[in-house]
Amino acid sequence: MDIRLDGISHSYGETEVLRDISLDVASGQIVCLVGPSGCGKSTLLRFLGGLERPTSGRVLQLGVPPEGCLNPLTYVFQDFALLPWRSVRGNISLVLEDHGIRGAKAQEIIADVLARTKLTDFAKALPKQLSGGMKQRVAIARALAVKPAVMLMDEPLSALDSQTRELLMDDLVALWERQPFTAVYVTHNLAEAVRLGHKIVVLSRRPGRIREVVEIAKPLSQRAYADAELEQVQKHLWHLMRDEARAADEELLHV
Amino acid sequence: MSDTSFARQPLEVRFRGGGFAPKRRRWVGPAVFVVLIALVEWGTRSGFISALTLPKPSDVLATLIELWQSGMFVKHMVPSLTRLAVGAALGASVGMGVGILIGLFSYIRAGLVPLTAAIFPIPKIALLPLFVIWFGIDEGSKYALIAFGTFTPTVVATYGAVDNVDRSLIRMGQSFGLSWMSIVRKIVLPGAMPGILSGLRISLAIAIILLVAAEMLGAQYGIGAYILEAGALYDLERLFAGVVILSLLGVLTSGAIGLIERRVLGWRS
Repeated sequence: MDIRLDGISHSYGETEVLRDISLDVASGQIVCLVGPSGCGKSTLLRFLGGLERPTSGRVLQLGVPPEGCLNPLTYVFQDFALLPWRSVRGNISLVLEDHGIRGAKAQEIIADVLARTKLTDFAKALPKQLSGGMKQRVAIARALAVKPAVMLMDEPLSALDSQTRELLMDDLVALWERQPFTAVYVTHNLAEAVRLGHKIVVLSRRPGRIREVVEIAKPLSQRAYADAELEQVQKHLWHLMRDEARAADEELLHV
Repeated sequence: MSDTSFARQPLEVRFRGGGFAPKRRRWVGPAVFVVLIALVEWGTRSGFISALTLPKPSDVLATLIELWQSGMFVKHMVPSLTRLAVGAALGASVGMGVGILIGLFSYIRAGLVPLTAAIFPIPKIALLPLFVIWFGIDEGSKYALIAFGTFTPTVVATYGAVDNVDRSLIRMGQSFGLSWMSIVRKIVLPGAMPGILSGLRISLAIAIILLVAAEMLGAQYGIGAYILEAGALYDLERLFAGVVILSLLGVLTSGAIGLIERRVLGWRS
């Protein structure tokens, strides 16, 4: 299943946040959205999953979601959004219960996603007992449990320290290698973007427009930490963004 | 020379952190009670405190023991506890229901929040004659008074607690396609539980206060009736015996809620 953004524009009252965004997200691809703060990248992601409505333009699903898909458009949030009163297993079963999946069938799915995210030993733990990186892995396991057609990831690694971030990036690559998934990945971290993105969409500062789309052909598995080719791309991206980022930063001060 | 070398002596950094973190001190609470009671006992025995001002703690204890041995304790406690349980259960459960509805629906909020604000400050005791007319002089008016008194604080605590539920968790529920009922049952209610329980603490204390007021009219037995009778006769020992029972009741309900909190809210860090 592909996703198409068709002429999305959005304003909050007087403030125009996004202007005429059109973009295709192809199946099996990770598309990264980068841009200076306040450019509306997270807002765009909320449109993609139907949590918010744009002022004009449409979000389209092309084709049907794959068989067994419970929740085609599934988020992974920056703040993890785990229920603190439910164990790791309970948090995953939460999203299955409403689809009538309980008992043995639910246990099977939960065991599978926990194994894929290396959390099998922590099924009974409460979120408060887990580190930030582990919490985000639980959130990823929860997203995988509903077999999404598209994962919508809103700065999923931004709340984590840099070592944990590296580790989780490796995990995400391994997950994708095992079973390619479609994802829209919002981040302000260019290193994450060049590491995980097949396609990197650079947005301008407010009102956000598409400045450039950079494609990286190198397979995810061959992209290593501090790869020279990726550094080059990252430099290019930073070059595109630097002035915008500075202007955006100063703009915020005037508000 | 020696001056400057003295000034260059390494100086240990002065500690200025710490504090502002309550720690558990088990024995302090009971110690305060013991010291206060011992002081009063000493005062009344030595004549420093006149018998008209305060009764001897030992006499109050003797009265309590006698009350227990005569079987009157049970006779007073059973109706009181029944009134407390029925009234508080009624008021708290309806209060929680209304509070949740206010938290969830804007129209209900707009309509009922001002009404609750209007009812809250009314001294419920002042309405007792009215309740007697409405619900009769028997148990009905007593239940109603306690229920009414616990209702308003429960409503306010509950809708505040629902308002404080983390919105990002609700968005998460929506993003996974959870039904409205599931979101309320599995996200809003557990998320509001800490606030609801701490509201319940206050509501139950108010219920105990109102219990005495309810037993002012037409109650033959009950801790409130016992206290009021003792007060009318200026029997300080019995008055204080009754007060001690009420205090213990308060400590017990507060402890019970603490127990529930520890069981239900173990997930809090």
